[in-house]
Amino acid sequence: MQLRVYLTFDESTVREPLIWKLAKEFDVITNIRTAEVKDHMGLVGLEIDGEDAVVEAATKWLVEQGVNVAPIEQDVIEG
Amino acid sequence: MNIVRALKCRECGQEYDIEPTHVCEFCFGPLEVVYDYDKLDGYFTRELIESRPQTMWRYKELLPINGEPTVGAQNGFTPLVRAKNLEKALGVSELYIKNDSVCYPTLSFKDRVVSVALSKAVEFGFKTVACASTGNLAGSVAANAAAAGLESYVFIPHDLEQGKVLGAGIFGTRIIGIKGKYDDVNRLCSEVAGKYGWAFVNVNVRPFYAEGSKSLGYEVMEQLGWKAPKHIVVPMASGSLCTKIDKSIKEFIKLGLIEDNNTAMYGAQATGCSPISRSVKDGTDLIHPVIADTLAKSLAIGNPADGFYANRVINESGGWAEDISDDEVVAAMKLLAETEGIFAETAGGVTLGCAQKLIESGRLPRDESIVLCITGNGLKTQEAIADAINKPRIIDASLKDFDALAEADGFEAAA
Repeated sequence: MQLRVYLTFDESTVREPLIWKLAKEFDVITNIRTAEVKDHMGLVGLEIDGEDAVVEAATKWLVEQGVNVAPIEQDVIEG
Repeated sequence: MNIVRALKCRECGQEYDIEPTHVCEFCFGPLEVVYDYDKLDGYFTRELIESRPQTMWRYKELLPINGEPTVGAQNGFTPLVRAKNLEKALGVSELYIKNDSVCYPTLSFKDRVVSVALSKAVEFGFKTVACASTGNLAGSVAANAAAAGLESYVFIPHDLEQGKVLGAGIFGTRIIGIKGKYDDVNRLCSEVAGKYGWAFVNVNVRPFYAEGSKSLGYEVMEQLGWKAPKHIVVPMASGSLCTKIDKSIKEFIKLGLIEDNNTAMYGAQATGCSPISRSVKDGTDLIHPVIADTLAKSLAIGNPADGFYANRVINESGGWAEDISDDEVVAAMKLLAETEGIFAETAGGVTLGCAQKLIESGRLPRDESIVLCITGNGLKTQEAIADAINKPRIIDASLKDFDALAEADGFEAAA
């Protein structure tokens, strides 16, 4: 599957090479499509390609590292 | 006359054909409907608009449908109320309420966006429509789909209050309650939208859906006598309404329907979910997602899709953003009801409460025209104010008992 997500990094994660670690840790292809990185936070639009279970595990790992992982639509649940 | 040109990426400018799609394949930027305004030269006049029925569709050339609407043909054109009592209470000279708490048919401004989304969905040939919602949007999709003879699915968190389920369920929609944390529910909805051939109103037809919000702006300008106000305060959830009202004003200026009044846009949020307000106050354009914790549920979007763009509109127009506590939300709901007889939902309390704060801080001038956008009806969020209203005083069925009570209130019998 190919997952398209926005990753938001906060002050504590923005300097970490987490996308590099993700590709080392899991058998996935990562493809950065957009990015804006500042001192205190970063936003990255990322494609993650691989086997379904591996992509899911990779996503879970990112969340465990303190990264906010959202679909590219961001919040689709409205009031 | 159809003047829609294309869908255009707000980030990289790539254009796409008019299709049910919503993000740029190149950069993930959101797509927006763009128009060939020049085609309306000499045609789209005040007189033409005024000659049409009083619905949101009197501005149909600026909404992204072909021909006549097939869903929600009666929607929109809600009252713009001159709020004299509230002017006194707030110490301002010219205040208006755009009252979408009486929007047809489901008493929220979502009827505007949904009628555009579903009309477009019918054009595209969809038979089933869907949304993920905790309140107003669910009701509006369910009702408008029912009236249009469309099948509908509404996705909700499984533990949503019964009253809110009822507000959509009565229309015969298929309601799916999803277990899990908010982020999981959100992700599933996004996946469903991508997998099934449905029109998911705020996903694959979102570019069209969002344009419906412009009708609120058009109406305000026409109702003010073809004039934009100096200041507009809007509630912010995704931030879309803020950007679309700004777009509506720019379009009317471009078409020569109004003069440029340098209108400033102000965004209102509850402090318990204020990622856009926070970004404006912090002077950044990056929106940091939050976990929502506020009674203003209709504004509880922690990771708002249009937050960046709302932030930009607010800054470029010379406005500001504000946020208030839940207690202040309730107090403002009461103030609006007691001064103007308008029972707004919690989002209305957020808008008025933030406007109060902006007036007190000097961000909103007291001597210039201000419009507050009230977007939903208080009957839908009664639980928020249940403990804040006066309980009835109980007496026996005895005139003597009532006389004593009236005397205590300062009233005397007429004879």
